Amino acid sequence: MYVAMVFLPLLGASLAGLGGRWLGARGAGMITTGGVGTAALLALVGLYEVGVCGSPTYVRLGPWMEVDWMDASWGFQFDALTSSMMVIVTLISTLVHLYSTEYMSHDPHQPRFMSYLSLFTFFMIMLITAENLVQLFLGWEGVGLCSYLLINFWFTRYAANKAAMKAMIMNRIGDFGFALGIFALFATFHSVDFATIFAQVPAYAAENGSSWLTVICLLLFVGAVGKSAQVGLHTWLPDAMEGPTPVSALIHAATMVTAGVYMMIRCSPLFEYAPSALVVITIFGAMTAFFAATTGLLQNDLKKVIAYSTCSQLGYMVFAVGLSQYSISMFHLMNHAYFKALLFLSAGSVIHALADEQDMRRMGGLVKLLPFTYTMILVGSMALMGFPFLTGFYSKDVILEVAYAHWSFQGTFAHWLGCLSAFFTAFYSFRLIFMTFFRDTNAYKASIAGVHEAPWRMATPLAILGVASIFVGYLTRDLFIGLGTPFWGTAIYTHPDHWIQADAEWIPVLVKWIPFFVSVAGAAGAVLLYTIGRFVILQIQLSWVGRRVTQFLTQKWFFDRVYNETFGPMLLRWGYTTSYGALDKGLIEATGPVGGWNFAGRGASLFHGFQTGYVYHASFWMIVGVSFFLAFLFLPIFGTAVAWLNLPVLLLLGVALLFVS
Amino acid sequence: MGWFVLSSSLYVTGLSGMAFNRKNVLILLMSIELMLLAINFHWIGFSFALDDAMGQVFALLILTVAAAESAIGLGILVIYYRVRGTIAMDWIHLLRG
Repeated sequence: MYVAMVFLPLLGASLAGLGGRWLGARGAGMITTGGVGTAALLALVGLYEVGVCGSPTYVRLGPWMEVDWMDASWGFQFDALTSSMMVIVTLISTLVHLYSTEYMSHDPHQPRFMSYLSLFTFFMIMLITAENLVQLFLGWEGVGLCSYLLINFWFTRYAANKAAMKAMIMNRIGDFGFALGIFALFATFHSVDFATIFAQVPAYAAENGSSWLTVICLLLFVGAVGKSAQVGLHTWLPDAMEGPTPVSALIHAATMVTAGVYMMIRCSPLFEYAPSALVVITIFGAMTAFFAATTGLLQNDLKKVIAYSTCSQLGYMVFAVGLSQYSISMFHLMNHAYFKALLFLSAGSVIHALADEQDMRRMGGLVKLLPFTYTMILVGSMALMGFPFLTGFYSKDVILEVAYAHWSFQGTFAHWLGCLSAFFTAFYSFRLIFMTFFRDTNAYKASIAGVHEAPWRMATPLAILGVASIFVGYLTRDLFIGLGTPFWGTAIYTHPDHWIQADAEWIPVLVKWIPFFVSVAGAAGAVLLYTIGRFVILQIQLSWVGRRVTQFLTQKWFFDRVYNETFGPMLLRWGYTTSYGALDKGLIEATGPVGGWNFAGRGASLFHGFQTGYVYHASFWMIVGVSFFLAFLFLPIFGTAVAWLNLPVLLLLGVALLFVS
Repeated sequence: MGWFVLSSSLYVTGLSGMAFNRKNVLILLMSIELMLLAINFHWIGFSFALDDAMGQVFALLILTVAAAESAIGLGILVIYYRVRGTIAMDWIHLLRG
């Protein structure tokens, strides 16, 4: 059952990818959806067996690489962490598959699309079930590859090509750090196996201190920064919106971006012994949450707003990891998967209804035309902003509470930025809802005339995710983050000194209310500003300061500008002048083909110069040559030379003389 | 030692004639004859100096070789003149590198 869970998506991907021409769009859709759907049902059984009944399962398929100390084998571990991750990956993937069969039904490449989606799911499962770092890295690179293929799905579009390459390259930067981290782990612990490494960490830390562990953890965190789009390497994420909407749902909700956070949670026994690294992680996570939330404020692309909210929520998860609250981070990851998938798929429904219009400025007034989609977006947004008793509330508020209860500089920092982000999150969520559904419409007449509510294959996933976004947090809270829950078993390790979940229960009630107040204030602010206050906000935006601030936010804090105008040209120039000009066209060519050609040509022209054809020239050189050898043999000044000059050396010297010019 | 200096100078004269003569194949052949003559002088001189008759035998043999060589050389010269209409050395450089 556990092996089937892993390989069913691969089977579906292979069948749809290789046999798509015979299966047809419908057949490919059914096979891939069926494969992933079966895996999802099995994953639910797995969650029951592993998580609830408490029986972790380990499956070892066989050896992969066995060289000296190195032993990486094909193995799958299903502990509480894997099985809970497995449920969201396969479940949301199934819903996205089902949704795609309708959303992509007019695309001539639908079998290819379904195949990529299933392959993506397979690699993600490979990542989360891996029992060693090398196999995890396989899944890690695999999801990167599949994200490239999917973002570039409409490969005739220039923007999609660029976005896909950007996603791939930005991810590779992180992967480089991650690979270095794996190397460092192997060099330190002589193993790539999670169990083996984690068993050695406490003794190693007791003996050697935590400085080297900090380096390792920071390198692993660089990998997570790339994959989970933390500030610095986040620029690929908004651009990844070029792919079809279900792809965005898959990348942003359940798979790709969660991998970075998942990896850090998986390595919790390592991170727990590197407190300095945790401080850095907290600061980065909090900055990402804040940065993305502010950037989301003024985006006009429907999908980009949601993309920045993903970035922001990932920041929450990362700083929860930095505060050692791995189970809370995981809980938020799972809740986020449901409501973010819901938001993206609902956005897809809007885009589908408006004939692929993504610009919110060209929308409006859809509440009467698309009541179901509106309801779903409202549920998703409320869950996202942590409205009480919806899914997001249970994890987000706990994250902010533990940040407050951490009693440290980074905890306070994260708490402040987290609360501000909550305000902005509510603001842009309601701005999105208002601009899309309530304002007088700005859409073209043709698109408004063609508006239709989501068909059943799109509506069913929405409904399921809507229900999940309302109830999952409430239902699973005690299971995942209840005080003293036995669910996680040994999957997550928290250092006893870092145990603050109980402290979080005793913080002032007013502090606990802060997220609610700022969220409501943000939502109300958005509604007010975009209804009765819309001329006020126009005046603010037109003022000198307002213009600068607006520009700063719409230009995404100038990250892309700085990257494109400073680092990009710097690297390009280095690539051209140094690696291409000085090395490839310079040193290697001068000593290689061109140099050899010149050398041979000079030698040949020298020989050729000697052969004039005149008899007296020939006889002159004969005389010179004979005199030279006679002198060598008989003149005493050459005596020492003769002692070591033998015939081969003389021949070599003669040949060498011919080449001197 | 006067004969040795004389015959060596004769040899160098012939050698110079080979190297510096740019006009005439005839002079080239004459220079070769001069060099062979110088060698013969050496043979005979050393034969007297070392009191060994073998040098004179060699000198006789070289005389025949020199006669044959100049006969064949002049034959080639005549044939060449018939073909090219000239015996100038400056024109004999058809086999340039």
